[in-house]
Amino acid sequence: MNKNYFEILRAGINSTFQDLGRNNLYHIGIPFSGAMDNRNYLLANKLTGNNHNHPVIEFAYQGPHLKYHGDKINIAITGDVSFKIKNGDNLIDGECYQSFILENNNELDIISTNKSVYGYLAISGTFDLKFQWSSCSTNTKAKIGSNNGEKLSVNQKINVKKINDNFVNRKLNYFNTKIENIRVIKGTNFNYFSEESKKIFFKNEFKVSKLSDRMGMRLEGKKIENIFDTNIRSEGLIKGVIQVPADGNLIIMLSDHGTIGGYPKIGVVVSADYDKLVQLTPGSRVKFQEVDLSSAETLFKLYDLETQNLISQI
Amino acid sequence: MIKNISNLGDAALYCDFGKEINKDINTQVIKYFKTIQKKNIPGINNLTPSYNKLIISFDLKKINFNKLKKIIDNIEIIKGDSIQNKKFEIPVCCEKEFSLDIKRLEEKLKMKEEKIYESFFEKEFFCYMTGFIAGMPFLGDLDENLRAKRLDTPRVKVPKGSIGLTEQFANIYTFESPGGWNIIGNTPLNIFDSSKENKPNLINPGDLVIFKRITKENYQNYHE
Repeated sequence: MNKNYFEILRAGINSTFQDLGRNNLYHIGIPFSGAMDNRNYLLANKLTGNNHNHPVIEFAYQGPHLKYHGDKINIAITGDVSFKIKNGDNLIDGECYQSFILENNNELDIISTNKSVYGYLAISGTFDLKFQWSSCSTNTKAKIGSNNGEKLSVNQKINVKKINDNFVNRKLNYFNTKIENIRVIKGTNFNYFSEESKKIFFKNEFKVSKLSDRMGMRLEGKKIENIFDTNIRSEGLIKGVIQVPADGNLIIMLSDHGTIGGYPKIGVVVSADYDKLVQLTPGSRVKFQEVDLSSAETLFKLYDLETQNLISQI
Repeated sequence: MIKNISNLGDAALYCDFGKEINKDINTQVIKYFKTIQKKNIPGINNLTPSYNKLIISFDLKKINFNKLKKIIDNIEIIKGDSIQNKKFEIPVCCEKEFSLDIKRLEEKLKMKEEKIYESFFEKEFFCYMTGFIAGMPFLGDLDENLRAKRLDTPRVKVPKGSIGLTEQFANIYTFESPGGWNIIGNTPLNIFDSSKENKPNLINPGDLVIFKRITKENYQNYHE
């Protein structure tokens, strides 16, 4: 008996349930997964009065078009997203970082993530989901997580098992900043590459390729020349690692990445810049800037403080 | 023993056990992995053992590289705890539609297809590690004459069940995924089952594996 549910009129391009992801499974080949853009994920939950590890819907490029059936519920959308709410004949333009009420038969049409990749939809309630290894996060390649490891599909129903009481409307004045540089620590195989290529890596711009998804981001640009060995012994990977296969094109590991890889690592994106990195759309230009470990740690502290600060403003 | 610990980015320790790859070194890696796993050190959120490396990922909010390195430098390895060996026979069909890179291998290895398969199916393999994608076993060691590099550009999609070769290792793609190994066949057997949360992997480090060639008819009618 689920009287509160969302009906999916259009699923969107890659709409999945996500939370903070799952830990301690790399050794059997299961990555973190979880929301790609951690800050926007946390803000969506705070705006709907949820705790910080509450499942939300992540969407990419074009989001879902949903029709709501049931008792009044609140929603919030974060990221750089255009969306509309249809209440009878009334069509309201939605705004990110602000809670909105949905009533029975209202429609929520998430049109576009504009000049970014990922956006988040949180509700003032709890989706009825299956968890695997204590996380709902959907990894569509491994078919792990809620919704049988699949992305959302048209005509499907999403049940809401609980709606939060005493909801207070919330709003945050926040604009996603656009970035030019992604900061990087040299990788463990940095010396596999020619002097010329090392310079190119930190000086040239690279273009985000269309072949990018939750597993990885491929880049196009000047080829990076390997002068030592184009293969290494397969070994562990973490998100943010930049690998260089023999063709000289860069591949950055993202949240659903393979846990082991055999291409040399030229660099690793610092934790502080990961949320910004994943939001780069195909065709965007990216430039890498070298930082050392202690600067990266400081940058992360600043990033985390800023996130906490935003959360506390809600 | 760990020869050197460096940082991989700002949120992981890169523990190097030396250049060699053999069962002894790999057993050392697994012992460290098991010890650290048991100690439940706050802040560690993932451990990735491989042939001769151990990567320890951590939550930068809770600990940093220097603090964790000190802990790992001084860790005492739990003695005993030998690795159990199970034996598996994996059916493989090598029809054209499955052996995507056999021609590439013929060229690179300067060997005839039949010789490649003969050498491959004779071997008993040791599972060094699992990963890349969920449940994928890394099996060694291939004979010297079967060792080839990865594809220059990895495939965007390798079909589920594909058997791949690279350098001294064979692996099995447990589901469709990107990948750069040389594909020589396909197994109908399910190697990973996420509904078994406690034991999702069929093959685990330390297990022994042989491959058995099957016909297309057997492949199509295969039941576990």
